[in-house]
This record gives sequence, C-alpha cells and structure tokens, in this order.
Amino acid sequence: MSTETRKLDRVVIRFAGDSGDGMQLTGDRFTSEAAAFGNDLATQPNFPAEIRAPQGTLPGVSSFQLHFADYDILTPGDRPDVLVAMNPAALKANIGDLPKGGILIVNTDEFTKRNLTKVGYDADPLGDASLENFQVHKVAMATLTIGAVESTGLGKKDAERAKNMFALGLLSWMYHRPTEGTERFLREKFAKKPDIAEANVLAFRAGWNYGETTESFAVTYEVAPAKLNTGTYRQITGNTALAYGIVAAGQQSKLPVVLGTYPITPASDILHELSRHKNFGITTVQAEDEIAGIGIALGAAYGGALGVTSTSGPGVALKSETIGLAVMTELPLLVIDVQRGGPSTGLPTKTEQADLLQAMFGRNGESPVPIVAPQSPADCFDAALDAARIALKYRTPVLLLSDGAIANGSEPWMIPDVAELPDLTVEFATDPEGFEPYSRDPETLARPWAVPGTPGLQHRIGGLEKQHGSGNISYDPANHDFMVRLRQQKIDGIEVPDVVVDDPSGEARVLVVGWGSSYGPIGAAARRVRKLGMQVAHAHLRHLNPFPKNLGDVLARYDKVIVPEMNLGQLALLLRAKYLVDAVSYTKVQGLPFKAEELQDVLADVIKGVPA
Amino acid sequence: MTAIDLGLPGLSGVPTTDEKQTAKDYKSDQEVRWCPGCGDYVVLNAVQSFLPSLGLKRENIVFVSGIGCSSRFPYYMNTYGMHSIHGRAPAIATGLAVARPDLSVWVVTGDGDALSIGGNHLIHTLRRNVNLKILLFNNRIYGLTKGQYSPTSEEGKVTKSTPSGSLDHPFNPVSLALGAEASFIGRAVDSDRKGLTDVLRQAAEHRGSALVEIYQNCPIFNDGAFDVLKDADEAARRIINVVDGQPITFGREGEYCVVREGFGLAVAKAADVDSSEIVVHDATDLNLAFALSRLSAQDLSHTITGVFRRVDRATYDDSARAQVMEATAAKPADLGALLRGKDTWTVAG
Ligand code: SF4
Repeated sequence: MSTETRKLDRVVIRFAGDSGDGMQLTGDRFTSEAAAFGNDLATQPNFPAEIRAPQGTLPGVSSFQLHFADYDILTPGDRPDVLVAMNPAALKANIGDLPKGGILIVNTDEFTKRNLTKVGYDADPLGDASLENFQVHKVAMATLTIGAVESTGLGKKDAERAKNMFALGLLSWMYHRPTEGTERFLREKFAKKPDIAEANVLAFRAGWNYGETTESFAVTYEVAPAKLNTGTYRQITGNTALAYGIVAAGQQSKLPVVLGTYPITPASDILHELSRHKNFGITTVQAEDEIAGIGIALGAAYGGALGVTSTSGPGVALKSETIGLAVMTELPLLVIDVQRGGPSTGLPTKTEQADLLQAMFGRNGESPVPIVAPQSPADCFDAALDAARIALKYRTPVLLLSDGAIANGSEPWMIPDVAELPDLTVEFATDPEGFEPYSRDPETLARPWAVPGTPGLQHRIGGLEKQHGSGNISYDPANHDFMVRLRQQKIDGIEVPDVVVDDPSGEARVLVVGWGSSYGPIGAAARRVRKLGMQVAHAHLRHLNPFPKNLGDVLARYDKVIVPEMNLGQLALLLRAKYLVDAVSYTKVQGLPFKAEELQDVLADVIKGVPA
Repeated sequence: MTAIDLGLPGLSGVPTTDEKQTAKDYKSDQEVRWCPGCGDYVVLNAVQSFLPSLGLKRENIVFVSGIGCSSRFPYYMNTYGMHSIHGRAPAIATGLAVARPDLSVWVVTGDGDALSIGGNHLIHTLRRNVNLKILLFNNRIYGLTKGQYSPTSEEGKVTKSTPSGSLDHPFNPVSLALGAEASFIGRAVDSDRKGLTDVLRQAAEHRGSALVEIYQNCPIFNDGAFDVLKDADEAARRIINVVDGQPITFGREGEYCVVREGFGLAVAKAADVDSSEIVVHDATDLNLAFALSRLSAQDLSHTITGVFRRVDRATYDDSARAQVMEATAAKPADLGALLRGKDTWTVAG
C-alpha cells in the first residue's frame, strides 16, 4: 500500500509526556527540523513548576507545542492538529485541546492499569469509545524502542529512555522533515556517551521506519517552506534574544556589562546565557538575593558600566526601593521583568502580563520609570537594545516587561546586520569647569554621568532629595516640587516612535490595542476577522511609558477601542485615565496565552456591536 | 581557580599621586550635621587625617553608605560618594568594586544598617571577600529614628520601643563576621584615635573585605555605652589589644594575659602562669580569632581591639575580572558570530 501525501499550509503538533520523558528536547528538535526546512514557526513549551513531579501524574505532565507553516504565522497555535501522548496523564491533560478529527498518537506501553488509575481513568480510554472522534494511532513506543536499540547493549531502562526519539522519528516521517540535523545533534549531544548517542539515533530511525513500513499511517503531510523576507534566519527563544540584546547593547555602547541577579523562574535563562559570554566584557554576579542583584547592577552603573538586573514579578517587588534610588540618583539601569502568574509566588512557569501597574507605579513617591515591552520572542533583541538606549540616553532605570510565553517560546529570527545596529555610545562628564552633578542636558533633561575616578568631579549622590543643579541635599518645599515635576518631565519627554496601526483596508471602525506577548494572538485574530469580511485595526504598544505621542490621536479615530490583556485591565486603566477613551477590556488570567480563535470571536462581537 | 596572585597589596590598581594631601583636602563643603559630641565626628576626623598617608588620587576613593546617622558620612568627604538605601550599601559597593578595579571603595554603615536590615548583604559580602573596607559604627542603638534598640543592644534594654526591656539576644558582630569567614576583622573604640587609625590603615592595605567595628558613642540616645572603656583604670583592665605575632597581654603593666582554656580562651594574671602559656596572637588562625571574639563580652568586661584576623584569599572582584579577562583572551568578541549561532538558514530573494 502506498501512502498518500497531502499538502497543508500549516500544522500544530503537541508533544506531551511525563516531565522525565524529554518532551522539550523532542519539541526543540522538531522545531529545528522545521526551521531547517524553511517553514515559519512558533513554539510554546509548557512545563510543571516542580522539577520532577511524581512520575505519571497530571502535575508531572510536560508539553511542547509547535506551529509551522508555509506562510508567516504569529502564534504557536491555539489547538494541536496532532497530539503525541506518551502516557495516560499526558493524554488526560491534553485531549481536551484536540479538535474533533485530530490525530492522536499514543504510546500504549504506558497504559497499564496502575498508570490509568493514577490519573483517574476507570477504564482504558484506548479500549472504549471515548476517543472515537479522533484518528487514533496506538504505538508501543517503548517496546519498539527497546527492540531497536538492542545492538547497543544498553540496559532496558536506558534503552527505553530513547522512546522520545522514536516519537520524533515517526513525526519526522509523517511530515517529510529532514533528519540529518537531528542525527548530528544527537551524536554531538551525547558525544561523551557513544552508546547513548547510538541508541537515540537508532530509536529515531526506528520511529521513521515504523511510519514507512507499517501500514497504519495512510497519509503523510507536506508543509512547504514559507516565503519569508530575504535574509539569514535562526530560531531563537525570547530569553536568548533578550540576552543577546544586552550583549549587543554592551558592544554598541562600548561599555562593560554587569548583570547582578538572583535565580528566578522564568528569567534565569538570561543569567545562564549571559554568563557564557564573558568574552564580550560581561560580568554576571549571582547575588545573595533580588535586592543585592539590583544593588550590584546600580553600583556598577554608578561606576560607568551598563548595569542590568533580571527577574520576575516577585523580584521586582523586592527591587522596588533600589529602582527608586536609581530614579533619584538618575543612573542608567536595565530592569528586566519576565512576568509570570501572580500575585505572590503565583504560577511560576505560566505566563501573565499583570506587572504593568507594578512597573508603572510600584514604588514610593512620584517615581516615574520608562517601560518597554517586547511583542514576540525574537523582538526581545530589539526591545533590549531600545531599553538600553533609553536608560543610557536619559540616565534612568528602564523596566523591560517580557513574559513567560515570550521567554520560553521561540520563532525564526532574521539575524540583524551588526553594522546596522544603533550607536549607543555615551559621553561621561569630564570637565570640572562649572560642573554640577544635577545640571541638565537641555534636550533630554538627563544629568551628567560623572563616574568615580574622574579628576575634579568629586561629588556625592544619594536617595535624599537633591537641590536642582548642585545636587546638595535639599528639603526646600519649592525645590522638591520642582524636582518631582522635572523627573516626571524627563520621562514624559523620552523619544519613542509613533505607534503604527495595522488596518489594511483603512476602513476599520474598531481598534484593538495590545501590548507585549499578545501581539501574536491579536494579530492572528485580526487576520481571521478580516478574512470573514469585517474590518479591524490593530495597534500594538512597545512603549508603555511614555506612550507614543500619536496614541491619543489614534485612539480618537475609532468608534470603539478594545484592549485584550492577560490581567484584569491594566493597560485599559491607563488608557482610560490618560486619554478619556471608553476602552473596553477583554481579560483572561489563566496563565496561558490568548487563543486566536477566542479573540476572533471577541473582535467579531465588538465589530458587530458598532452601529452602522 | 583564578589567575590572580594572592597577597596583592590591598591598594594595587588604585592610582596614586605625588601631590601632597592634607586632612583638609578630604573635607567637603557640606556642614557636618551630627549632634554635638557624637562619636561620628571623631571617626570622620580620623579617616580624613589618615587617608592622605595612603597617597591615593582622591577621585579614586569612593564612600558608599546606607541609612542611619553614620551613613551621612559620604557627604562630608571630598571624594566620590553615594548615600544609598537602608542596609544595601555592601551590595551597591560590590557592583562598583566589580566594575572598577581602580577605586578604593569604602562602606560606612551602622549596627542597624549592617546587622539588622542589611545583615544578609554583610555576611555575603564577607564570604565572597569583595575588595571593600567596611566601617561598622556600632553605637548599640537606633539614632536616626530616635532611640529604638538595635541588634547589638544588650538584652533587657529599655528604649522607646521596648519599655519593658528588649527581648532580643544581641549579635556579636565579630563572631558573626568570622562565621562568614571574613578575611579581615578589626575593632577600635572611637575615642582611641591612634588605635583606630592603626586598624584603618591595616584595613586599607588589606586586599579583600575588611570589616572594622568601631564602638561609637551616641550621646543622645545611648550615652556612655562604652564609658567603661574610656576610663583609664577601667580600660586598662578591660581592653585587650591584640597584635599579630605578639603574646596577648594587657593591663597597665601587662599584668594580665590570655591563656587557653578548654576549646576557648580565658584571662589570667601573668604572674600566675608560665610565660609559655600566654597565647601569641596569630591573625591567620580562624579558631583563635573566634575564641578572641567570645572573650569580648556584651558587658564589655573584656574587649578585644586591634586586628582579630587577616588572611589572604582570592577576592571576588579580582576573580570575576580574571574570568572576564581569560574569556576575552580566549575568544574574540564577535557579535555577528554570536547572533548567527550554529543553525541558520537563508531565504533567497
Ligand atoms: S543621634 Fe546619636 S548617633 Fe545620631 S548623630 Fe546624634 S549622637 Fe550621633
């Protein structure tokens, strides 16, 4: 029997298994294969907060979803077309997302009575009618893997561990993926353990051959390469792109970089990445706590380095007082908040965008801080450079609001030409003639950056209110009022590009405004709505403080403004307060990104509600 | 480990000047605003008088402080300075020291600032051995907030916040620092200008974290806390000044000495013991330093002054720079190559 090949424009695959099953690695490899093939893609891992929740349980399920297509896509996909479930827990946790008619591939070896009971299945779902709405493929992956790797002489336990590569092999066959990259990768990864490397390669090939030789798969699928803009691409996650943005900011400003930080999910990978690039003049200090992390960054900034601290929401809470000190001492500082579900410890591994108001107002006194938010994994690179530009030029702490979805998600990134990166060089103050530590640049209102070691510029700074100009301690009421307004004016005057409105027809009367990682789902929903013949305009904010100068005009142009957010309406609150616009909130805080499908319905409803 | 030689002179890397400096050069134009009679004045004068002898460029000296009366110190020094936030000076100074090997960085802190709100940063700075000189002004009270007990106040202390007496057992700051394996620990009394200057100089010349505890009188909220150490007769019986390599004796005529007792130390009359039993101070001996710290009772019945401990070990900032230097030498900073990574694909036009 020959298999039929069908052409598809896009596919979403979700690999799900126990957190010990290597699903993240499997997903990563498939992603690399898709990238190598030239598809556009977006990925979203989803893993438990516990490092190793009890095996085979629902809390222990780890999954990796990827969306690849022959056109430019914006999200990792709402629902999988294909679900690979390595055990009953993975099936139970994910089957609800698989649409009717979807492909389900299960590893039957794990469907023992004990494992089924563990997750509350009274009867084996593979044996009853509960899965009849799906195209189910039952494969004894562990058994087949053990058989395939027999020649390596590995024990049963080690051999069985390669079953994730069997799954990858099978999916690679189903979707006509190139395989050389994965074989090379496995040999490199396990270079020190050649028998393990061999077992993984054999399992991978066995999976491929299983598809090819058994007759259970009648159809394979092809997704042609995407027509992306001309250039050289790589795949990149948000945290890596953010770390690279910091490396680039150090190079473009010609300043040493000092990262002072404390490990926290989901931001730690920024520390891991930067600690590997010391050759770029980067020092990473893993401090004793969040407060010391930012203290170290600020101390380094005082000394003339690009000071950076990275954390998540709970860490920002701890750093608030030092951010305030940076506002008062007017030193450049980059504060990265990779947001996660809150409040308190909240949902460490899940995403949310509920730290906007904390970033905006979470300090004592009038303490304005610019806020920059990347909109996708690759965009983290540009956002980091932009945040560094603002910090250095205006001598201010800047909050960079990424989130869990962006941090761990990945997409293709057109590698920028280094020669085209912005020049971020700064001038330190050197001239003692008339030097005053709190004098102002007339254009930016920045104060001079006078670093220790500069002859004749000895001066003292600190958290007490400063006399305008001299920087001496001042309790003068009029001076305080003046300085509070001056600091605000400096931040309000930061140059940010105008917001660009995406409205292909130019006839939309409804505007959807978003910020941060919801760019993908909102953009995808807007496309769907337009395909249905309705019109909607999309404006996505990179700068949350100050807002782009044209934002007020943009908002005023539409009959209705809708603001979807993964919080309870924080941006909407700011827009309503600042622009007196009757913005409507659509909010959801489930620790998961929006689905394009749900936003499509939301937008369609709003559009239909606008009177003709 | 690192490529940094141990035993670097404490101030290597900090540029020096041949220009003659005086104490006056170190006074800023700011009016000193401590209460009259505050022990802080004495320390300020001692520091301003001793710094010229180091011969450093003034612009390469930085004082970083936290919050509290003593933390106003940087404003009065004509050097660079940052008056930061409560308890965080060691962290901020760490960042500065890591970024700038050419600076002599001093931290000025108090018992509340360093041992209460900033306790975590203090112990971690000491264990990392960051090249900082930390002056801990210990007046055993909160002065700036007007008289609450501090983590070094004696148990039962009656203050505004403890009308029935405090319940807290106090820290012994030297024992605490030894627990963090501080590489340099000294102590001096504010009124002893000579002893203070001597400890300060040794601290300045030490490469690594140097903690100097200074007993400082707060005449407003805890007056006379250290008076027994200021009366000549009492001081002779109580103050045990230790010098590396010297037998530990004290008293007007050296009539008292320190001997071993069990796992610790005890005070004896020199006449009652054989001279070979008198402990000889060894500033590299952690156990001896700890035993000495335990001889310093909260009631000041005995008080060690001088340098408890001074050992050379790699400093955090030198080692961090060494790693960066090694990496820089091993691999060029090729941003383009980093951004490209290993797996790329090209979309042709
Ligand atoms: S309150 Fe005490 S410590 Fe503070 S300045 Fe006055 S005397 Fe000195």
